[in-house]
This record gives sequence, C-alpha cells and structure tokens, in this order.
Amino acid sequence: MNIHEYQAKALFEQFGVATPRGTAASTKEEALEAARGLNAGQVVVKAQVHAGGRGKGTFKNGFQGGVHLADSPEAAQDLAEKMLGQVLVTHQTGEEGKLVRQVLIAESVDIAKEYYFAILMDRESERPSIIASSEGGVDIEEVAASQPEKIFKEAIHPALGLQAYQARKIASQLGFTGKQIRAASSLFLAMYDLFISCDCSMVEVNPLVLTTGGDVLALDAKFNFDDNALFRHPDIAAMRDPAEEDPREVEASKFDLNYIGLDGNIGCMVNGAGLAMSTMDIIKHCGGDPANFLDVGGGATEDQVKEAFRILLGDSKVEAILVNIFGGIMQCDVIAQGIINAAKTVDLNIPLIVRLEGTNVEQGRALLNESGLALITADDLGDAARKAVEATRAA
Amino acid sequence: MSVLVDNNTRLLVQGITGKSGTFHTQQCMDYGTQVVAGVTPGRGGETFEEKVPVFDTVKEARAETGCNATMVFVPAAFAADSILEAFDAGIELVIAITEGIPVMDMMRVKAASCHTKSILIGPNCPGIITPGACKIGIMPGYIHQPGRIGVISRSGTLTYEAVWQLSSRGHGQSTCIGIGGDPIHGMTHQQAAQLFTEDPDTDAFILIGEIGGTEEEEAAAWIKEHCEKPVAAFIAGATAPPGRRMGHAGAIISGGKGTAAAKKEALLDAGIAVAESPSEMGATLLKHMGV
Repeated sequence: MNIHEYQAKALFEQFGVATPRGTAASTKEEALEAARGLNAGQVVVKAQVHAGGRGKGTFKNGFQGGVHLADSPEAAQDLAEKMLGQVLVTHQTGEEGKLVRQVLIAESVDIAKEYYFAILMDRESERPSIIASSEGGVDIEEVAASQPEKIFKEAIHPALGLQAYQARKIASQLGFTGKQIRAASSLFLAMYDLFISCDCSMVEVNPLVLTTGGDVLALDAKFNFDDNALFRHPDIAAMRDPAEEDPREVEASKFDLNYIGLDGNIGCMVNGAGLAMSTMDIIKHCGGDPANFLDVGGGATEDQVKEAFRILLGDSKVEAILVNIFGGIMQCDVIAQGIINAAKTVDLNIPLIVRLEGTNVEQGRALLNESGLALITADDLGDAARKAVEATRAA
Repeated sequence: MSVLVDNNTRLLVQGITGKSGTFHTQQCMDYGTQVVAGVTPGRGGETFEEKVPVFDTVKEARAETGCNATMVFVPAAFAADSILEAFDAGIELVIAITEGIPVMDMMRVKAASCHTKSILIGPNCPGIITPGACKIGIMPGYIHQPGRIGVISRSGTLTYEAVWQLSSRGHGQSTCIGIGGDPIHGMTHQQAAQLFTEDPDTDAFILIGEIGGTEEEEAAAWIKEHCEKPVAAFIAGATAPPGRRMGHAGAIISGGKGTAAAKKEALLDAGIAVAESPSEMGATLLKHMGV
C-alpha cells in the first residue's frame, strides 16, 4: 500500500523525524489558510498524487509542473487553484494522468545539499538494510550503476535494531560534519523506529537535505507498507486512497479477490498465485496478451467466482476469458456452478475457455456440459492458452 | 524412499480446532498420516475426532505423544508465536501453512531459528508429502503417486500441476516440498535441492520458482557444483509487471532484481533443463532424464 506525501509528513511528525512544516489542502481557500498558518516567507505548493516526477509533469490544462514556489499566501492560493481538480501527467502516471484532489502547502527551505536515504526489508539477508547516498534528488538506480562508491549500505540486526554508532557511521559516510552528524543520526534513528513500528517494507527519503541553516530534514518520502501487517495498523490502513488505484482492483478487493489489472485482452481467472502468474506467462508464450492477474484463492465460493466474472466482463478490453482451475482444496464443481450462475446474471457475449482439473473434476465438467453454456473446453493448460489466443484473433 | 517425512512421522497440528485446521487434519488422517496430537490453547483435554488428544501447549503435546513434526494452521496474527513455541519445544520439523504472516514477524522468527535445531518449512506453503506414506499440508493427496522424482516449489497450485503432469505420465514422486511464497521463509530452494541430491531414493527433481528474490539463482549455483542428478525447472512470472506483488508476498520484482529472465539464465548455466511453459514441466524433466 502507498500513501500521499502529506500523510508521510504526518507520520514523520508523529515519530519525530525532522521535516519542513506543512498541511494538505483540498480547496483554494484551505490552501490560503494553510499558507498563512505557516507564517513563512516562501512556501512550496505540491500536487498530491501517487506518482513520481511531479515537478517535471504537465497538467492536461497546459499548466506546467506539479511543484511550485510561492512568495505569498495569495500566490500559493493561486497555484493551488491551477492544480486542484486538474489531471497531472508525469513519466510515472501513463498518458491518462492522475487527478489532483489535494495539494501540500509546506514551508520552503534553502537547500545546501541533497542526499538519499532509505530503509528496506532485505529478503536475502532477512533483516532491514539502510541504503544511503551523498547523491540525492536523482534516480538512485542510476547512481548505483554509474557511481557505486557513492552508495553506502548498512545491515541492521533484527533483534538489536539500528544502533547509534551505525547511524553516526552513515552520517559520516554521507559527509556530514560537526553538529550535522548528531542531527542526521537522530533523524536516521527516528526513521528506523517509524519503519519498524509501522511494519514498513520500504521507506525512501529522496531527497534528504542539509539546509543552508545547517538543519537536516526529510523533504519527500515514499512509503511501502506490508499489506499482511495492516490488520494491526488501522490508522495506516485508513490512509489508503482508492481513487489512486485501478478501479478494477478496488472492486476486486471488496470481494477478497487477488486482482492486478494489465493491458491485454484475455481475461484470466485462476486459483493460486503461482498458477495465475503462469497462466499469464503461457498466454504470452502463445502470442496473446493477458488482461489481468486474478487469483480466486484456495477456498473461493460460488459468489466470489460470480463477482470475478463480473469484473472480467466489465473490462471493455477483454475479448475472451480463460478459466484455469487446478482443484486441490478448491472443488471443480463449485467453480463450475459459479460460472453457470454468473452466466445467468451477466451477458456473456465473448468466448469462454475453461480448463478444469483436480478435485471433483468429473462433476464439474458434467455441470458445465449440462448447462448448455457456449463454452470452449480445454484438455490442459497449453491447450487452454492456445484456444484463448485463437478466440481473440477470430473476434 | 523420501526426505523429511515418512511412515514414522508423528504429527502435531497447531490450530487443530480451527475451521481449516479441522478440515485439513481430517484429510491428512484419511491419507494415512499419523496425527498424534493437536494444540489449541484453552482446549486442552479435548479429543479431536475421538482419536487425537488436544493440548494447551506444544511442550505438553511433545512430552505426552513424542510428536516429531508440526503443521501450523494458526491465524496469521498469532502464527509467528506458534512457530516459536514449536521451536522451543524442540519439534524437529515445523511446517507453517498459514498465509499472510507479517514480514517483520517472520524476520524475528528467522533470527530466532538460528538457535534451534528445528527445520522450518513455509509459511504460506501447501506443505510436504511423501506419496503413499505421509501427507502434511493442504495438497490433494490423490494426484500423487509413490515414485522417485522430487518436487520443490514456491507455489501450491503450480506444484499440483507439476505432480499431475508426472503422475499422469506414470512417474511417481519421492517427496514434494512446498517451500512457500513469502519473502522471508524457512527452507530454501537450495536446502531442498541438497536433500534431494543426497537422497538415494530420488533420481531427479523439479524446481519450481517464481519472480522475486535470488533463491533460484543460489540453488542453481549450488546444483552446478554439487548435483549430478537431472534437474528441471520452471520460473513463474516472466510477464509480471515490475513493482507489483503478484498474489504471493514474495513474488515481486523490485529494483530490477528477481526477474524471471535472470533466474532462467542462472538455471540454464547450471545445466538445468528449463521449461518454457508451465504445461511442459513434467515433460521437460522426463526428456532431460532420457526416459
């Protein structure tokens, strides 16, 4: 799960991570009030969307840039008006862009130098790891490739946590000196506390800045949370913004279906994550293009199967549907009944290819045969994918 | 005839009275697995299905029944605690079926596991089966046949697919190990590969991986150095978009690492036959074995 910059800022404040003061605004009036409240000489107005590259982005109304400086509260209000309700296109949003419903009004700081600082759960070492660089505000992957000597890594013991000496070591490696070392290391320690307390899988501060006044501040951050742990963080779960997500995925999540939207034309319904991924792979292998990843899970009910069908059919790009079930715990007759029920309630006007195998497969096949549904049956996974690709070509 | 589990395995089930715990314990018993104990805190003294004594703690279950393996069905929020309890009681083999355990919890479990002799399999896995002898987990028993081919997999249904392809071609399995789909988990591909390499009753094995992490590459490097048996592999997720979690928490390409292409290259380099399509996992191994 991702969150907005203004929400990240609130978490920083909660955990004592030094960051410029700021407030979110969803109307121009709120923007004016927020800018006045900061009582700062200059403020920055930032469009709030879940995508990077905002500063260099373009609004569909022609306004350039989703990040601007304002010298007065009135100027901030003016900028907010130009962004709110408009669609911002950046290199990460795709052509369709993202609707800006909120802006962040924050005090502007004079930057002396930019750095990069991240904490992530490193699966190979099975412990948190810090990655920091003296080159901030840029693409860290590029720095890692071109100047690996400017990237510093620190592994953290799962039981001990980040130690003060480690925080000082990173501060020193980044080039901080004198009082800056204490400022930077307390920021790192607070950030680690946040990372562990909130069950993050990644926190990336880019840039971390040294101001001309000598302060060390987290300017912008990207958070990833462990979805498995959200049950114990209702406050963070509440930060989810469905408007930033694929509407198909939001709909699927209501029914506990594991769905990820893609761009192809073959809708897939599969049980099990590995098999669902492989079904996408084999469709590509046969020259087709999957419209989605969909794992209905090991214990799907007839209703879930029906809802899954509705979501697949609601996608206008879908020209054929491939159902691939290997019934283990999932019984084939339950899936078959779900398909039959769905076909009764929705208008099934595209080819449906079904491959069933496993528990109660004979009952499942019999149900489908007796239903009179116009469907294409397949013998195995390869056969199913070939038939699905053929069906879209004929369409 | 197998690795890790056989006719002598005495199974404990943690979370035996829960809905899925009950269902799958019954399935395992029907398959012939010796289920000797269950644990549900507060339900000690009860009897499951009129046969299996239920205890409050794993320590009591171990002392009373001599159980040497446990199957964990405890809900995700409490599962890490149950795994640690099994370690503490000295259970030799801990198989965690539970899906959705927080990564931080598993980080702590793994940090603790270096102080125990227990072997952890999973979590978020289908379990382990030695066909005809012992089934511990949620896999459908009937698709398996006793035989001499090993299967290692991060995915449940993809394991069934591979097993089915083997069984329907008349080739049985020595043992099938589901290592699970979480980013931090117990037994690795490499450790499982090592078991099958050393098992005199396994002739060849299939390794089923997926995008994310570097375990498949590590297993490939180990196999290249140490394993003479024929090995086939399949990697799921070649077409998955980067940065998205594909169902399994561990199936994610991040920072350009964990791609299917990199894994396939490492496997091929180790002399492993890589199936291009999931429908060819069984056939690829059999061809590689020359049978």
